[in-house]
Amino acid sequence: MEDIIVSVAQRTLIAGTPLLLGTTGEVICERSGILNLGVEGVMAIGAVAAFIVTFYTQNPWLGIMAAIAAGMMISIIHAFASVSLQSNQVVSGLALTMLGLGISSLAGKPYVGKALDEKMGTLAIPFLSDIPILGRIFFDQTPFFYMAIVLALAAWFILSYTELGIKIRSTGENPKATEAQGVNVSLIRYGCIIVGGGFSGMAGANLSISYSKLWIEGMTAGRGWIVVALTIFALWNPMRAVVGAFLFGGIFVLQYLLQPLGISPNFLAMLPYIGTLLVLLMIGIGDSKKLNAPAMLGESYKRGER
Amino acid sequence: MKIRITDRAKITPRDQVLALVFSIMAGLFVIGLIFLAFGVNPVFAITKIFAGSFGSLYGFKETITKAIPLILIGVGLTIAFRAKFWNIGAESQLLMGAIFGTWVGLNWGPHLPAPVIIPLMFLAGFIGGAIWGLIPAFFKVKFAINEVISTLMMNYICAEFLTFLIVGPWKGKTKFGFPYTDDLPESAILGLISGSRIHYVTLILAVLTVVILGMIVYKTRFGYEVRVIGENPEAARYAGIDFFRTTLIIMAISGGVAGLAGVGEVAGIHHYLSYPASISSGYGFTAIIVAWLAKLNPFFVIVSGIFFAGILVGGDAIQISLGLPAATVEIFNGTLLVFLIMGDYFLKHKISIER
Repeated sequence: MEDIIVSVAQRTLIAGTPLLLGTTGEVICERSGILNLGVEGVMAIGAVAAFIVTFYTQNPWLGIMAAIAAGMMISIIHAFASVSLQSNQVVSGLALTMLGLGISSLAGKPYVGKALDEKMGTLAIPFLSDIPILGRIFFDQTPFFYMAIVLALAAWFILSYTELGIKIRSTGENPKATEAQGVNVSLIRYGCIIVGGGFSGMAGANLSISYSKLWIEGMTAGRGWIVVALTIFALWNPMRAVVGAFLFGGIFVLQYLLQPLGISPNFLAMLPYIGTLLVLLMIGIGDSKKLNAPAMLGESYKRGER
Repeated sequence: MKIRITDRAKITPRDQVLALVFSIMAGLFVIGLIFLAFGVNPVFAITKIFAGSFGSLYGFKETITKAIPLILIGVGLTIAFRAKFWNIGAESQLLMGAIFGTWVGLNWGPHLPAPVIIPLMFLAGFIGGAIWGLIPAFFKVKFAINEVISTLMMNYICAEFLTFLIVGPWKGKTKFGFPYTDDLPESAILGLISGSRIHYVTLILAVLTVVILGMIVYKTRFGYEVRVIGENPEAARYAGIDFFRTTLIIMAISGGVAGLAGVGEVAGIHHYLSYPASISSGYGFTAIIVAWLAKLNPFFVIVSGIFFAGILVGGDAIQISLGLPAATVEIFNGTLLVFLIMGDYFLKHKISIER
């Protein structure tokens, strides 16, 4: 029994990790007032970049760095379109997703059916991993898990307690007043979009070199969109993103747990998506004004305009 | 030296056409660069795409075949996007239409003649698509749930539901264990223009939809309400426009016409339900760009629909001849969309260099 609990909990954390990475990035981006619907595409780019680099170098850390760099680079497109050209953020985000899915499948074509020698292994933290039960659950995880937690905490701290965080948040709330304070709104937004892209790229790397050891076309399987929903669920707070991401990780694991009970696998596969809808519904039924969404989320800002 | 950006005072139709042509050319150039980066000969690939779709009679017929769903869905999306309702769920609204239409065709088809059953199937398909579009619309107006997320989640849910049907309760007895439904009866199958796969009933329906929705957008009070809701929801409220009602109608139309496309695909092309990805090769997503390229003008959707249908057909051609993955076409879609956005910017702004 103990083993089952530990295994379910471990798998929940494993499934939630890419979601947490992506959500932290999207929270940073949306806090600055930019909606980025390109996460799904950027994740795919990250996944393929990490796989290819790890495949040739046998070094997963280089793979992760490649994924982050690729995610950042492709996100510049969204930054340019939504900040410099003040275009519709929904449309340019969708364009980024299409581009990301397309480029990743073209780049990954020669690697379909090839596998890495091994997945990125777990990293047991000395002493802590010896704690009964909890140690095995929390401190015998992949490096991605630790990084996701640390980065989420760092993002929370920076957004809440530092001058940079205040600048980012006020850019999302009132870009005009922020600009009047001498803050470069465009620079902040560019920065947040690109950093967010790095997070999505890393989430993709998680899928291709740690969650599995393969590149499969479409392996992001809608996780990028779940990230966009989780960002709302987290009410734009990285701390709540931690809870949300692992809750959803649990739903992914539930699919496999319920399958032996004879429930149609198709209905189980619906669970994460129905879960997302239910969560949004729960938030929506509450007072949506208290959501605390960045006031100017999705609105372009044109310097010198009223 | 300084770059100055000012708003362009007047935009002539000639400017618009120029911006469009230039965006597409620049987009194709960048697509070429992407191909080059992955070791694909860009000139060969791009020529192959357009030769495959517009360069032969066979190709052109295929292009028209694929333009049918794109035009139907695209024109529905122009209405939704005008109201700033970001319906990303047309893919599953199409599938829901296909499910409803197939049910009617399989169950009632054997007892009814074609002139009765075919309109009934399209009606059922419209209802199926409309229901699937109304759910997120209701969520949005009632609970302020972001429609981008809800329509997308509905896509995944519907695809799983369809798969459940074809591997489970609807699995055909005549299909040797394959996860397909049985063939539709003879009376429920749409006629084709001879020597092609063009199911002309749906084609006529698509053109009619364009004309009707075009008239609604430009000539009726409802069309005006849609525009106001999109441009300024606050003003809409003061003008006495019922946001709740109008949004629901918009999504019933947008989802419903996508449902029509679903019936056309099943009754005109496949004749049975199969996996979601074979019923619709991403038409719901491509139609987003179709609507955007048409500048949300229902009439222009015919042209942009044929253009992107051509890219889909050409995409199939290079998939076969160059062995590229199916998603390569997404590079076309994404890049062209980015350049259309840029073209818009240069159309609206004048950029001059001062010394």
